[in-house]
Amino acid sequence: MPEIPLLDLLPSGLQTLTLILLKIIAIVTPLLLCVAYLTYAERRVIGFMQVRMGPNRVGPIGLLQPIADAVKLAFKELIIPAGANRFLFILAPIISLSAALSAWAVVPFGPDRVLADINAGLLYILAMTSMGIYGVIIAGWASNSKYALLGAMRSAAQMVSYEIAMGFALVGVLMAAGSLNLGEIVNAQAGGFGHWFVWPLLPLFVVYFISGVAETNRAPFDVSEGESEIVAGFHVEYSGMSFSVFFMAEYANMILISVLSSTMFLGGWLSPFEGLVSAETLASPLGSLLDSGFHWFVFKVALFLFFYLWFRATFPRYRYDQIMRLGWKVFIPVTLVWIFVIGVAIAAGIGPWFD
Amino acid sequence: MVEQLVFYALSGILVFAGSMVVTVRNPIHAALFLVLSFFTTAGIWLLLDAEFLAMTLVLVYVGAVMVLFLFVIMMLDVNLVVLREGFSRYLPVGILIAVLLGLELSMVVGASQFGLDIVPAPAHHGAGYSNIEELGSVLYTVYVYPFEIASVLLLVAIVAAIALSLGEHRKNRKGQRPEEQVAVNRKDRVRLVQMAAERPDSDTP
Repeated sequence: MPEIPLLDLLPSGLQTLTLILLKIIAIVTPLLLCVAYLTYAERRVIGFMQVRMGPNRVGPIGLLQPIADAVKLAFKELIIPAGANRFLFILAPIISLSAALSAWAVVPFGPDRVLADINAGLLYILAMTSMGIYGVIIAGWASNSKYALLGAMRSAAQMVSYEIAMGFALVGVLMAAGSLNLGEIVNAQAGGFGHWFVWPLLPLFVVYFISGVAETNRAPFDVSEGESEIVAGFHVEYSGMSFSVFFMAEYANMILISVLSSTMFLGGWLSPFEGLVSAETLASPLGSLLDSGFHWFVFKVALFLFFYLWFRATFPRYRYDQIMRLGWKVFIPVTLVWIFVIGVAIAAGIGPWFD
Repeated sequence: MVEQLVFYALSGILVFAGSMVVTVRNPIHAALFLVLSFFTTAGIWLLLDAEFLAMTLVLVYVGAVMVLFLFVIMMLDVNLVVLREGFSRYLPVGILIAVLLGLELSMVVGASQFGLDIVPAPAHHGAGYSNIEELGSVLYTVYVYPFEIASVLLLVAIVAAIALSLGEHRKNRKGQRPEEQVAVNRKDRVRLVQMAAERPDSDTP
């Protein structure tokens, strides 16, 4: 337990509570900063991909742009449309954001660096991310708007469909790791980048990440927003802070999917050079970079986030029936077949993953 | 102490949400209260160390079943006035049935059958206890045949549902065939016609 001044003055029950709250703050504050700067990175990266500058006016190379945006959104008027269901209208963005943030409780940032080290971590994440749909559906219905309702319907059908493929991909991971605890899943991949689960689970990895893009309603699966078809989908009627809460939830979910992909398939905080570099090199100043640690985790997550932005700049939006076909007729059969293959591989003890 | 507080808070919300499900006018609100009651039930199961059941309840019922429920309810054009017609006429019968049900329930699951002296409170397991492992090891050894039969039943249900939805309309079904859409050739669809830019003089009146 880390030493925190003045903590001993509190009664013991409150001490645990304070410690947990401090840990939550230590996770959520950097996360929200990441969300803010992810929006900046998105505009810059897509800008460069489309040969334009992106935001570069506020602060040096536009670095203060997210803060300016946040201030602008915070001071905008919050409009509740006539005929909207007031309570649910306000509740919807809150559900979205709380579902997006609560899944972070079980994410391991390093060995034993996790808020809640529970056995059923993987199940917990699946359950919490499935709660996010309610924000979208309730927003669509409570807005009392046809566009919003259409967006909510599309998004609900899409998220329910892709959740199945996602769940099956996770079944493959739990078979390979033999545990539902995310920390143990990472530890099962120890021993250099050849031991990571990407290699034996490559189809599941691809299915998982694409389903993750669909789950977060990002391009090319952003039919729930589809600005050229239904204005802005489920959050047409939202303005100011209530809109920005949806926005934060979407980006927090993007980061979550990237974190989970890197944790379950790319070995989380593990270094790819494990077992390849000698102990002397590890002791040298350069060695700490090559050793496993939080920086590898950040690097892998950043890679996946870059993929998100890259997809958005590259692919045109999927047609709705094609999304459904991809989810039900391609991804689910692929995952089912591959789960069987993994079962055989585990029974045969194929190394270096299953021996 | 804390556990009891959590239990009473969760059960309070559960009873409240359950009674709201059957009393609120708006079907969407009723469905959302049902979601809330599922969620609190999951919380109570967590208190019993049944984390697998709790998570699956949230995952399956809250995350999938109720979403489809809401989906259908939002599409329906429910006329509330018609739904509430004759409420006072059926009220005595309804109350009678409710009282009967309540009596039966209290007889079956009351303290005389499920009191603490007959069924002792479940023991708490330590931090290393995994509910999922326990369930799995029982499910695939002792109860393997019931488990397999249940899964086969579900498979039959899936096949039946798909067969029903394909059904009699299989002949004139208007589904899309992506492989044909992808294999489309410009030559089969577009015919370029060469025309003179002006009409000959003889055509003009």
